[in-house]
Amino acid sequence: MAEHNPFPGENNTGHIWDDNLRELNNPAPRWWMIGFWASVLWWVGYAVLYPMWPIGQEPTPGILGWSQILEYERSLAQVTEVRAPFEERIAGMTADQILADPGLTQYTLSSAKVLFGDYCSACHGSGGAGNPGFPVLADDDWLFGGTTAKLAESIANGRKGAMTAHKGILTDAEIDTLAHWVVELSEGQPGSEQGWALYRGKGCNACHGEKANGILAQLPDGSVVTVGAANLADGIWRFEPGGFESARHTIAYGVNQPGVEQTRDAVMPGFAGRLSEQDIKKLVVYVHELGGGK
Amino acid sequence: MSNTRVEGRTRAVDELYDESVHWHVNTGGETIHAKRLPGKWRSIKWLAAGLWLVFFLGPYLRWEGHQAVLFDIPNRQYHIFAVTVLPQDFWMLSLLLLFFAILLAVATALVGRVWCGFFCFQTVWTDVFTWIEEKLEGQPPQRRKLDKAPVDLRKAGIKATKHLLWLIIGFATGFSFVAWFVDAPSLWRTFFLGEANLVVYVTVGLFTVGTYVLAGWLREQTCFWLCPYARIQGVMLDRTTVVPTYDVTRGEPRGRVKKGEGAAQRTTGDCIDCAQCVAVCPTGIDIRNGQQEGCITCALCIDACDAVMEKVGRPKGLIRYASLDELEGRPTKRLLARPRVWVYSTILLAALSGIIYGLWSLDAIELKVLQERAPLYVTLSDGSIQNKYTLKVLNKTNDNLSVRVSIAGGPASLQLVGAEEPIRAAHGTVSPATVFVRIPRKDLESDRVPLTFHVEGVRSTGEVVTTKRPTVFMGPAR
Repeated sequence: MAEHNPFPGENNTGHIWDDNLRELNNPAPRWWMIGFWASVLWWVGYAVLYPMWPIGQEPTPGILGWSQILEYERSLAQVTEVRAPFEERIAGMTADQILADPGLTQYTLSSAKVLFGDYCSACHGSGGAGNPGFPVLADDDWLFGGTTAKLAESIANGRKGAMTAHKGILTDAEIDTLAHWVVELSEGQPGSEQGWALYRGKGCNACHGEKANGILAQLPDGSVVTVGAANLADGIWRFEPGGFESARHTIAYGVNQPGVEQTRDAVMPGFAGRLSEQDIKKLVVYVHELGGGK
Repeated sequence: MSNTRVEGRTRAVDELYDESVHWHVNTGGETIHAKRLPGKWRSIKWLAAGLWLVFFLGPYLRWEGHQAVLFDIPNRQYHIFAVTVLPQDFWMLSLLLLFFAILLAVATALVGRVWCGFFCFQTVWTDVFTWIEEKLEGQPPQRRKLDKAPVDLRKAGIKATKHLLWLIIGFATGFSFVAWFVDAPSLWRTFFLGEANLVVYVTVGLFTVGTYVLAGWLREQTCFWLCPYARIQGVMLDRTTVVPTYDVTRGEPRGRVKKGEGAAQRTTGDCIDCAQCVAVCPTGIDIRNGQQEGCITCALCIDACDAVMEKVGRPKGLIRYASLDELEGRPTKRLLARPRVWVYSTILLAALSGIIYGLWSLDAIELKVLQERAPLYVTLSDGSIQNKYTLKVLNKTNDNLSVRVSIAGGPASLQLVGAEEPIRAAHGTVSPATVFVRIPRKDLESDRVPLTFHVEGVRSTGEVVTTKRPTVFMGPAR
């Protein structure tokens, strides 16, 4: 290091090597330094006010006590507070009573939309559009009844249909005759005599009803008794894609038959353990309003 | 020419020169103390400024029991006389903005920065502020003297009065601004009782300070350095734009009037270099240097120069409204021969027609139809096809309405389900309702059947309000 500075007036630091290799002092502009120190100050303030130092399991809490989780919980509490009066009213009502109140129905529909999306739409499609093997909920055809009471039952306890596999019980020709007959019925035709004879003679009417409409008995209050057997007399097919082949397959292999490899699989799980009574009630209203509630 | 008249003229010219030493070009270093002279353009300027009285008085107009013009932001309702505009109608605002943007363009292309010179709030408020200043402190030389004088009781009194008046105007500006957004009579009550919304106080405060600083202190510096429109308008001028212009050919070489020199001996142009044009300029520029960024085309220099020309017996109009083409002796195009006029007018007309159409077709109720998409349609057990629609009825009236829904189009066997009861539509809100439409499959002629929903409500006055919305009925492909 040179004792006396051979390059005066150029603002060097006095560090000079090899005669002329020297370190210059070019300070950052003042505005930049002000910005720099201001951000340092900001950082210090931030460190004091907000969670920052990772000490142990949790960072230091910061004197404001702010945290993302707290903020989330606070917002959630706000939402809950807005919902509370509605929820309280709904709690004391039946699904039918809710449906009689347009305002509450509107609230319930908005609220249940999320539930339906979470718990139902995976099988039944968003909006109850249905999926192959999973019934459409937006139509008016119900295997187990479309009243609010029946819907609540279906959601809470689940449903499992059953139909005997008839391959071996019926001849292939008989199965074909019945399948053709079902297709005729679904198209609004009266159905062949042969078909009706087989239908009654083989005991299909025990489950599907005298009129093949899936109804065993109609009670004085208008509700109907069913065992989950499909309405054969309408244009809606329980198992996709519908038509002759579908019908023949179902008759031959049945529904939910243990040990029958090609049997139709049709199980709806019960949600009583997973959803609160309130949520089930909301879902009943939602499903009822999808388009075909009775 | 009589002797007395010549003497009088000489004296007048001497006075002008005595004064002219004080006038020089504004470079931003000191306060501009512009001289005020009466004249034609001065009067027009006051008339134009008078339009701003609408800003102060407008909020007190009433219409059918409510404020005639009220931009009710908390309730999202904008009342303009008989019309109520909701945020849903805000597409019209974009047309309104377009209209004014093009109006600015067309006005500037034709007559220069006429907005800046006559109508702009910065110009008008500054004008009023300096008028007060002149009334209190006197003519520019006295004002300059007072500025330099040491503070004594008299100076402090004058200055305090001036700033107080400025602040009062600033406050009135802020208060009037807020009165367009809240009910004006109740604003008077709540504001002075301390019951008004905090936003109201903050807004009035900001406007008071803003007006005071902008019109009292920044003045022409705002036009020079802050205002984007000043710059934008500068590039909208062309050779045919008529602006206050100094006639160089007539004026130059400028030269002082020599005593006893007759018109025949004169070697100079008509400009007598008295600097009156600079003296009166509120932005402190010299118009003789030609059109420039500082010129707000207020035409006050025309008044000043004409007065001088009259005094020295030369023709008026040395500074006048003229285009560059005119000045350079080129043929001037007629107004309608300029493509700019046509293009701008077409856009103006389009925007205006849009707004008029919008206001004309504003329904008191509005209907939106949202078709269910999952599923698009379902087959019902009786073989008919069902579509589900969510109707959203926006009620813009002040009554709660019972709205009946009906449907047009489709086969006779079409069934509308869920619309038996009218929709209860509360005023100022959107009310949703779900309806189903069923058509037997055999009657479906296409997988897309056009339908129209009609809604109809009866106001408390007995007036029937109605609107419709087309939609489509989806079915299975045929």
